[in-house]
Amino acid sequence: MSETMAAGGTRTLQIWRGDLTSGELVDFTLETEPGMVVLDAVLEIQRSQAPDLAVRWNCKAAKCGSCSAEVNGKPRLMCKTRLDHLPADEPITVEPMRAFPIIQDLVTDVSWNYEVNKKIVPFTPRDDLPEGDYLIDQADTDRMSEFRKCIECFMCQDVCHILRDHRMHNKYYGPRFMVRLASLDMHPLDGVDRIGQIADDAGIGLCNITKCCTEVCPEGIHITDNAIIPLKERVVDERHDPILKIFKRNKERPGKKKPEATG
Amino acid sequence: MVMEHHEYDVLVLGSGGSGLRAAVAAAEAGAKTGLVCKSLLGKAHTVMAEGGLAASLGNVDPRDNWETHFQDTMFGGKYLNNWRMAELHAKEAPDRARELEHWGAVFDRTPERKMSQRAFGGHTYKRLVHIGDRTGLEMIRTLQDKTVHSDVDVFMETTITKLIKDGDRVVGCFGYRRASGEQITFSAKAVVLATGGSGRIYKITSNSQDCTGDGYALAYEAGAALVDMEFIQFHPTGMVYPPGVAGLLVTEAVRGEGGILRNALGERFMEKYDPKRMELSTRDVVARSIYTEVKEGRGTPHGGAYLDVSHLDSDYVRRKLPSMYDQFLELAGVDITKEPMQVGPTCHYFMGGVKVDPDTGATRVPGLYATGEASGGMNGANRLGGNSLGDLLVFGRRAGIGAAADAAKLAPISLPPDGVAEAQGEVDRYLNGSGTENPFQMHKDLQKIMGDGVGIFRDKEGLTKAISQLESLEARIDNLKSPSNRVEYNPGWQLCREMKNMLTVSLMIARGALLREESRGGHSRLDFTAYSDYWAENNIVVSSAGGFNMELTPTPVFTRDELTELVDARKESEKAS
Repeated sequence: MSETMAAGGTRTLQIWRGDLTSGELVDFTLETEPGMVVLDAVLEIQRSQAPDLAVRWNCKAAKCGSCSAEVNGKPRLMCKTRLDHLPADEPITVEPMRAFPIIQDLVTDVSWNYEVNKKIVPFTPRDDLPEGDYLIDQADTDRMSEFRKCIECFMCQDVCHILRDHRMHNKYYGPRFMVRLASLDMHPLDGVDRIGQIADDAGIGLCNITKCCTEVCPEGIHITDNAIIPLKERVVDERHDPILKIFKRNKERPGKKKPEATG
Repeated sequence: MVMEHHEYDVLVLGSGGSGLRAAVAAAEAGAKTGLVCKSLLGKAHTVMAEGGLAASLGNVDPRDNWETHFQDTMFGGKYLNNWRMAELHAKEAPDRARELEHWGAVFDRTPERKMSQRAFGGHTYKRLVHIGDRTGLEMIRTLQDKTVHSDVDVFMETTITKLIKDGDRVVGCFGYRRASGEQITFSAKAVVLATGGSGRIYKITSNSQDCTGDGYALAYEAGAALVDMEFIQFHPTGMVYPPGVAGLLVTEAVRGEGGILRNALGERFMEKYDPKRMELSTRDVVARSIYTEVKEGRGTPHGGAYLDVSHLDSDYVRRKLPSMYDQFLELAGVDITKEPMQVGPTCHYFMGGVKVDPDTGATRVPGLYATGEASGGMNGANRLGGNSLGDLLVFGRRAGIGAAADAAKLAPISLPPDGVAEAQGEVDRYLNGSGTENPFQMHKDLQKIMGDGVGIFRDKEGLTKAISQLESLEARIDNLKSPSNRVEYNPGWQLCREMKNMLTVSLMIARGALLREESRGGHSRLDFTAYSDYWAENNIVVSSAGGFNMELTPTPVFTRDELTELVDARKESEKAS
């Protein structure tokens, strides 16, 4: 930072404008400032050229996950994407996330995600915990913490083939909620047996591990490797391992109870 | 067309930490509870809190206790705090922290596997429960999940523009759905304002775009009193470069973990300003120190101070400050494990807010409650880092319980139609009226006025000029009109009412700042540089009784010996050092 960044000069943004019925890319040209991010450019266009341009944003600090959009065809947080990191010799396209219904311009209806989240049984402490402070290893904390970094930008949901191409929103919760389920399943003090929900209602079997979700995660969560694959393995172990099955007939996982309802 | 209408016992406005905690408490107390938020759930400004939650658990330093936390809070607030709030906060924060963990929050651990605690400015002992540098996100997500599994109806992306009263009592509110523009009314036996602060009145701010002082303005219009509005916390360390991120927060945890401040000459300048606490002095002191170094010509190339953690182990830095590492690498091209950051003050927090009963969050208007940053008193003239996350939980819960108890005593209520019609008239005017003022331009003008005249250092001349400029905006405020009359997700329409709220708040701040002829905490006057004994005993209280009204009320002093002794002991020990 001791060196001043070069000024960006003039850039053209092609921003998608429209609603659920129709829309198109519209060209806007603006003078850029050093270090400008896509959201800065969009807000400057909103202020000076297109005051009704709809864009959802809050923190402009890559912490709230509101300003997700498809920049040059790839899901990105607009507040974290610098103009000078995008090819200089072509216009920058900014489009709404395509896996969700459009509300207006860059704003999409992501309410489905909130409905899915409601179905996930919250953290419920095991009933065999001793009195007093919760005792948890830092190693467990680090493992859960990776998943709990999620800022719910829903870009993983946006690129997931199961949701984006096959529209199987009623059969698969999507990578965001696999991450959430993993954080709960790996909590050492959680008392809920989540395998049934993970395998059945959440539909983990539908994921075919293309890792598209991992590639777009702005928090760098290893969604596929650290959340989905271990959960898949747990399902296989619990559901299909014949030897374990015999054991299980006599013995539940200590402290874990099947939820009464997953609704 | 029939307008969407809902009825609740308790309606909470705002979905940050205090709003979520209030909603959970109200629902647990048996109230039919609704929660309205301007943005999506989980996106509120609390998500940006980084450093931690102050609670005297004593996990890392067993000497800690509520008494010391109380003393630290009072000292940090320059003894202008509401004593009862500081007491309740210090006593109850540990239980609120444990409760979060019981709801699934995950915090960093000690070697004994308990919640770890880190050092922070103004806290005598290591006290802040944390997870890396994203404690606010952890808190929001935990409370968000607790809320959706409690019996609470959530209305996302819904803007409230007016509290509706029946006689003296607040009985509901009016607003619109942002996505469709459709109008909506709520009747509620009790309304809890959990609307946060108003940082967007400044250009350089760490605050989210939602922080437009809505609750302050709604409460003011409804007849509530606001206290300490002249005290604004400028966080010492915001990013200063590149321009698009100027103001973005650099967590105090950077200093808590051992970060060192230097000027352009390489001097560790905090030795001059607070040799005892150095980088971990209170925020008002560090912010003024950086500002002074820059003003006197010892600033960095981009007009700040250097903040350096490159002497620390680089893996440790990446583990303890992961989002700071990413933020500087991505946005500024700086690897903080190898080179220093450049930082400067940024508007961060409003110590003032709606005046409430400490125990219940009740305002002086029946049916109206306030909590979190929307309320005032707990932090006095300056807030300690980590005390806001505790504040949200302690007083969010108390306001939820208070509102539910109030609601339980009332028969069903209804909204007076003329109140609704008036509210409708206002939002319609912004959309279809004959106004000519552009809200984007006026917002830019407001930010300039506040930055120039009501910033970190103030004087009579600058404040007087700012007030007259603000008054000229006020004369034009009813002439605001959205540049577009589309109803669906219209940012100009949204900004019209927010602009009015921000102007209302700005006037309170500027007028209070002119009246308070001393320097204390987050209020520094160049023409009155010292503490004043007179002002030590007075809070400025603002209300709309008969037009803009400002009065002084004596600082609430506790006669209880226990608290008096604690404060006297602290004053003595500060004098001795």
